[in-house]
Amino acid sequence: MRDVAIVGVGIKKWGELWEQSLRNIFVDSALAAIDDAGANRIDSMYVGCMSGGLFVGQEHLGALLADHLGQGPIPGTRVESACASGGVALRSGLLEVASGASDIVLVGGVEKMTDVSGDEATYALATASDQEWEAFNGVTFPGLYAMMAVAHMHKYGTTREQMAAVAVKNHFNGSLNPLAQYPHPTTVEAVLGSVLVADPLHILDCSPITDGAAALILCPADKAAEFSGTPVRIIGSGFSTDTIALHSRADLSSLDAVTRAAQKAYEMAGKSPADIDLCEVHDCFTIAEIMATEALGLVEIGQGGKAAEAGETAIGGRIPINTSGGLKSKGHPVGATGVAQAIEAVEQLRGGAGERQVEDARVAMVQNMGGTGASAVVHIMEAM
Amino acid sequence: MSSARAWREYPQRYRYEAAVCDQCAKWFFPPRLVCDACGCREFTTKAMRRTGKVLTYTVIRVPPAPFKDQAPYVVAIVQMDDGPRLNVQVTDFVDGQLKIGLPVSLEFRKIYEEGEAGIINYGYKAVPV
Amino acid sequence: MNVGIVGYGAYLPKHRIKVEEIARVWGADAPSYKKGLGLREKSVPALDQDVITMSVEAARNALARSGGVDPREIGALYIGSESHPYAVKPSGTIVSEAIGATPAIHVADFEFACKAGSEGMFVAHGLVKAGLIKYGIGIGADTSQGAPGDALEYSAAAGAAAFLFGSDNLLARIEHTFSYTSDTPDFWRREYMHYPQHAGRYTGEPAYFKHTIGATEGVLERSGMKPSDFQFAVFHQPNGKFPMRVGKMLGFSHEQMEAGWLSPTLGNTYSGASPIGLSAILDVAKPGDKILMCSYGSGSGSDSFVFTVTERITEVQGLAPKTRYMLEHEPIYLAYGEYAKFRRKIRKAE
Ligand SMILES: [Zn+2]
Repeated sequence: MRDVAIVGVGIKKWGELWEQSLRNIFVDSALAAIDDAGANRIDSMYVGCMSGGLFVGQEHLGALLADHLGQGPIPGTRVESACASGGVALRSGLLEVASGASDIVLVGGVEKMTDVSGDEATYALATASDQEWEAFNGVTFPGLYAMMAVAHMHKYGTTREQMAAVAVKNHFNGSLNPLAQYPHPTTVEAVLGSVLVADPLHILDCSPITDGAAALILCPADKAAEFSGTPVRIIGSGFSTDTIALHSRADLSSLDAVTRAAQKAYEMAGKSPADIDLCEVHDCFTIAEIMATEALGLVEIGQGGKAAEAGETAIGGRIPINTSGGLKSKGHPVGATGVAQAIEAVEQLRGGAGERQVEDARVAMVQNMGGTGASAVVHIMEAM
Repeated sequence: MSSARAWREYPQRYRYEAAVCDQCAKWFFPPRLVCDACGCREFTTKAMRRTGKVLTYTVIRVPPAPFKDQAPYVVAIVQMDDGPRLNVQVTDFVDGQLKIGLPVSLEFRKIYEEGEAGIINYGYKAVPV
Repeated sequence: MNVGIVGYGAYLPKHRIKVEEIARVWGADAPSYKKGLGLREKSVPALDQDVITMSVEAARNALARSGGVDPREIGALYIGSESHPYAVKPSGTIVSEAIGATPAIHVADFEFACKAGSEGMFVAHGLVKAGLIKYGIGIGADTSQGAPGDALEYSAAAGAAAFLFGSDNLLARIEHTFSYTSDTPDFWRREYMHYPQHAGRYTGEPAYFKHTIGATEGVLERSGMKPSDFQFAVFHQPNGKFPMRVGKMLGFSHEQMEAGWLSPTLGNTYSGASPIGLSAILDVAKPGDKILMCSYGSGSGSDSFVFTVTERITEVQGLAPKTRYMLEHEPIYLAYGEYAKFRRKIRKAE
């Protein structure tokens, strides 16, 4: 297997992009990545998208987006793993380059979520749960994560204030990110005073509905010098699945697939949690960040809430988490999220994250998950 | 949901029929074709007892469209006494009664309707014992 | 061949609304309504409860008291109701499926205003008696509605009772039956209409009282019994007053009627009313007791039954929730707004 590098990244402002269609949102970011890399051709592309069908009535995205990107004849593969679609697309592109099958692979992610009503968006997202044995009963994604939160609070004494501290931190980080959907700082009081969605989760514990895309250009590490973008090496990749239904898990207060994916990625990279300088985690809800940091080994099991409250996970803290603002503040166009996380890691390792820059960042990790953690994908990157 | 799918799921929604692994005796609700514990593909159908206890729960305040009228409602994960776990609504509790560990029993209830003119989907909800 | 009840069970929703709460909304005088109707509160079905869900639970309770009858040996299931959830599509198929009685079973939904439940009981026991089936279930269940502000709104309630009939292992024998029917238009609901219409005081003397008395006197004559031969009697209870008044007119005492007299706190459960009353009597009956039950359904007709309780009764009473327990244990009281939501009286956006 060949070593693989990221040599180009592309991402635009996320939000409610009323004037833009799914294809245009995607092409805009993909072109930016191609330009950043200075690539004169693409051999193959992967696009993470959770539900073009339910959000805009469009499937067959591989061909559609290759066509509109002006790359017509190349293989175009759409990857779907719910909210982990972007991360799994990255892994697919990584394997294609590592295998030698292709040299220059574009990995993108896109979701256009605002063309449907709130009800329809809730329904589309709920298809990432077990349709027959979870969604049938009227449970929503906030509801499923709320039940994980209740279990975590019961087992470890995690508090509402600790969860709110995650939102406060991520919104502060997002306020330093000009591309974030909600770049506004918030407070613990504001989070706890916001409307309840699924007890104990308030609306400010939840990531928003977002239109957006992100794209990366991958190539063999030994060819990275041929491109204009500062390269970053992907040194670890892990992917694991778990029961689709939350209720079938042995432990409702842990993300075991994340733990397994991280073990694979650490092994492949030859790194341990202590080597990680910063991490983008999948904070679709504040409790998800707490549980993800525990599963990745970045904080002790059961201590994720305390760590966030104590500032350990802030920029400048022991292990900065979600310097981009996370899904919480930056936005969560589901298929694009895993790719955008990798872009934040690249920006940090390139030293180009501006006010969000983590000092001496050499090794970064990204963790993306689908559903309630039934798909978990983890990547580790290193500056070259 | 199509009538065919609703009908296919009646044995579980109406009668709690589970599959018990012939080799390792693990219970599966709903039934599966292969045991995830031992790989066995032979099962015996057994009706699950209706009793269990609450492991975790939440109050859904922003519901999917078909559940709008029912909100707010409680959804829980229940550990059934026969082993399987369920995602299930909890209803008919009185103030202060709902907590982790609450013993519950399944009752036959309407889950949601396909609008005013469509089929009515029935199934189970949990009520305090 | 002796035919009778092998298992019985009831089901009552937990929610209630008080007469005062309804009267408050309509500016009505609660004390005079309570006195006039002889009831204080009524049961209310939740949004997830209907005739089918209550019938399933009542039938399960009846099976729990059956001494292990295999549901596949049940040859007929009849549900009487005037509030079947579907206009076209049987309630009984769903209930049969849920109790595991399909597919070798005859199923029908009955409608005869408040008498449909006893009709189901009459037909199911008749088929057992005819030797056509081994076991049959008759269920009375309703989630009836009165128009907002109408006198019926104070009484229209929800509940179900199920009776499993057979010819062995009986907990009560059916000794005699008598039905009394005439065309008497005291109460009706046309197709597509949400609420029923009624003919005011005409629903009393020529309707309820005439038919109830006719069916009861008929069964007494047929059996050669007199009111004092019975330990218990239960009549259709559209409110708290009518059943006690008709019982006293017939020569029954308050004590004989008290056990099955649920309407003061349950309301009128329509097709479920006299069957649920019978279930409450069976909960407390002793071997050898004689029970008279007489239903009434507008339009109009009454079915009366004479039962003799057997030794087996004491073994089964505790095998499922007792009716009085369901009536009295931790009721959840609703304000009129919640009640209006539960009963879908609120007009919403499409
Ligand atoms: Zn097994």
